[in-house]
Amino acid sequence: MATTNEDLKTIASQQYQYGWVTDVESEEAPKGLTEDTIRWISSKKNEPQFMLDWRLKAFRHWGKLVGKSESPTWANISHPPIDYQNIIYYSAPKPKKKLDSLDEVDPELLSAYEKLGIPLDEQKRLAGVAVDAIFDSVSIATTFQEELSKHGIIFCSFSDALQNYPELIKKYLGSVVPYTDNFYACLNAAVFSDGSFCYVPKGVRCPLELTTYFRINSANTGQFERTLIIADEGSYVSYLEGCSAPIRDENQLHAAVVELITLDNAEIKYSTIQNWYPGDQNGKGGIYNFVTKRGKCQGKDSKISWTQVETGSAITWKYPSVILLGDNSIGEFYSVALTKGYQQADTGTKMIHIGKNTKSKIISKGISSGHGNNTYRGLVRIMPKADDAHNFTQCDSLLIGSSCGAHTAPYVEVQNKSAHLEHEAFTSKVDEDKLFYCNQRGMSGEEAQSLIINGFCKEVFRELPFEFAVEATRLMDLNLEGSVG
Amino acid sequence: MLEIKNLNVSTDNTHILKGISLKVSAGEIHAIMGPNGSGKSSLAFSLAGKPGYNVTSGEIIFDKTNITSMEPEGRARAGIFLSFQHPVEVPGVRLDQFLRASFNAINKSREMDQLDPLQFDKKLKERLKVVDMDPALTKRFVNTGFSGGEKKRNEILQMAILQPQLAVLDEPDSGLDVDALKSVADAINKLRHSSNAIIIITHYQRILEYVVPDAVHILMDGRIVKSGNKDLAREVESQGYEQFANYLSNQSHLTEKESRQ
Repeated sequence: MATTNEDLKTIASQQYQYGWVTDVESEEAPKGLTEDTIRWISSKKNEPQFMLDWRLKAFRHWGKLVGKSESPTWANISHPPIDYQNIIYYSAPKPKKKLDSLDEVDPELLSAYEKLGIPLDEQKRLAGVAVDAIFDSVSIATTFQEELSKHGIIFCSFSDALQNYPELIKKYLGSVVPYTDNFYACLNAAVFSDGSFCYVPKGVRCPLELTTYFRINSANTGQFERTLIIADEGSYVSYLEGCSAPIRDENQLHAAVVELITLDNAEIKYSTIQNWYPGDQNGKGGIYNFVTKRGKCQGKDSKISWTQVETGSAITWKYPSVILLGDNSIGEFYSVALTKGYQQADTGTKMIHIGKNTKSKIISKGISSGHGNNTYRGLVRIMPKADDAHNFTQCDSLLIGSSCGAHTAPYVEVQNKSAHLEHEAFTSKVDEDKLFYCNQRGMSGEEAQSLIINGFCKEVFRELPFEFAVEATRLMDLNLEGSVG
Repeated sequence: MLEIKNLNVSTDNTHILKGISLKVSAGEIHAIMGPNGSGKSSLAFSLAGKPGYNVTSGEIIFDKTNITSMEPEGRARAGIFLSFQHPVEVPGVRLDQFLRASFNAINKSREMDQLDPLQFDKKLKERLKVVDMDPALTKRFVNTGFSGGEKKRNEILQMAILQPQLAVLDEPDSGLDVDALKSVADAINKLRHSSNAIIIITHYQRILEYVVPDAVHILMDGRIVKSGNKDLAREVESQGYEQFANYLSNQSHLTEKESRQ
């Protein structure tokens, strides 16, 4: 009987390709969260004093939040209370010795990334892509650092940045997402273990796509990473993050923070392909993806563009936002969120217009199938001094089957009469007529559905860097296999 | 090529086709005429295998194979093409990509070569000329924002690309002005040859002035009440469908007698 159950489980989870575990020895912090845990993490990483102080301030603030309520309750999601004392806050593969080059990285880890399709060996590199590989709580390797440093670009793990560029971190850390921002951002500030750091100097157009690949491997571990990207005046960088995790029955928490800063005339394009383990077909297991991402267009004529393809996680709670501070700055948000099985997604964006003549654009595509529940939640706020602000919002939902849900909650706050806002929304079904039309032209049900869904997502996919647009299309097909009745 | 034997079809528990029998041979064009609601589109959908059109009795034999319970894509791959009365919009999917997906799906099922985008583009350009269609339309999303005429022409373009053995054209003429009608008819004539067959479903006989049928069938209340040659279509034009009501009552009388026996 046991075997049969296992077989069934394998079949049910077949669609998730990245569910395997890498066998490496790890060094873990003791379970639970106290001030000692934070001191332990900080000393483990040999951090400067200012960092530990900041963490402790955050932890004390978080203590007050926990006292009031467990976690934010306004989102359209539901889950049992999270026991924050039952989480391991730091887990790192034990290094065999101090690493000086990629040759010395544990081969088990290299092959894990190879299996994920992210070769870290520069010989087998993805053309034009530099990768920072984060495994549980630490960065294990960053490729192409030398090549990038020729242009003066800093791209390294957050831990390395703390050792080598503490002044930059001190200046920008928490300047977009302060530790007081929200429950999960505060928790992250206290316990974050690693992440990526990037600085693009004045006038430099980054010649490579930068990528961080996050992998959760250990059980009972939360992943709390922090990414900080600064684009100095007139610079440009395109950045992509990917992620995956093994199949496990327990829910695991991923609470990351991403801060982006653009100075005058700079541009950051940030893309995400989120494929955390979503749980099984009954909704057991999966990652809670509670993430705070925010960019600040600090300089005039600067631009920040978020593109996200969210297909994984049991629960997704994230609102990549842009603060449009500089005059003439532009914020964009392109999103595809897919929920199937018992997945829940409450996602959207905030566009805060402060500077004059600022523009924002929001394109959100929600796809629900099975018992999935998908909510778009967005805020467009025009502040009193934001003359001639423009916003265009389009949020579309596509339903597959009759047990799923789609919701939209767009909020608008206008405090300046010169603002121009446009809003479009529609909900459609992958209807019989479209499917029949494609079938009549010789396409199978699966081919027809893939075509229709990819058509629906087109406006978002075309914003992704080319290689990843192909990947996103493939991922959608894989995720929706078998959902045609 | 096609033989429909005493076909009865229900949809939503309504009996809509009531014992249709029809034989179509290669090289022939048949016209099916009838007033609104007579079951013309239902016949087209039943031939194409649209879900929800349930065959309660009778058979459809195509190319010596009984396809009565075959899936729609199976029929399409076997060589049955339906030109839709109301072509469906597929937002976000470019027409040229849609056409290639369709062409390759059918070729794949026949173990024939699939074309890459460049090869297909060449073929597409050739076919666009046959139907006299603006190439710019193939870069737009399938039927999205197309005018009525563009939609109809797009259906014929698909026929020109897929080159089906049997094409069922459901009102290829509705909503077209005289010039557009002539040009669609012209394209259909270019696509007819001795080894394929075409069924044109229409309300009016005007398209039959340009595409001359070998046989005309009058469909009323789910039955073929009269068959004849092209002159029958003119009769409809001059006298309307009313005159066939007699046939209808006679025939239903007959059917009842048959079922009593």
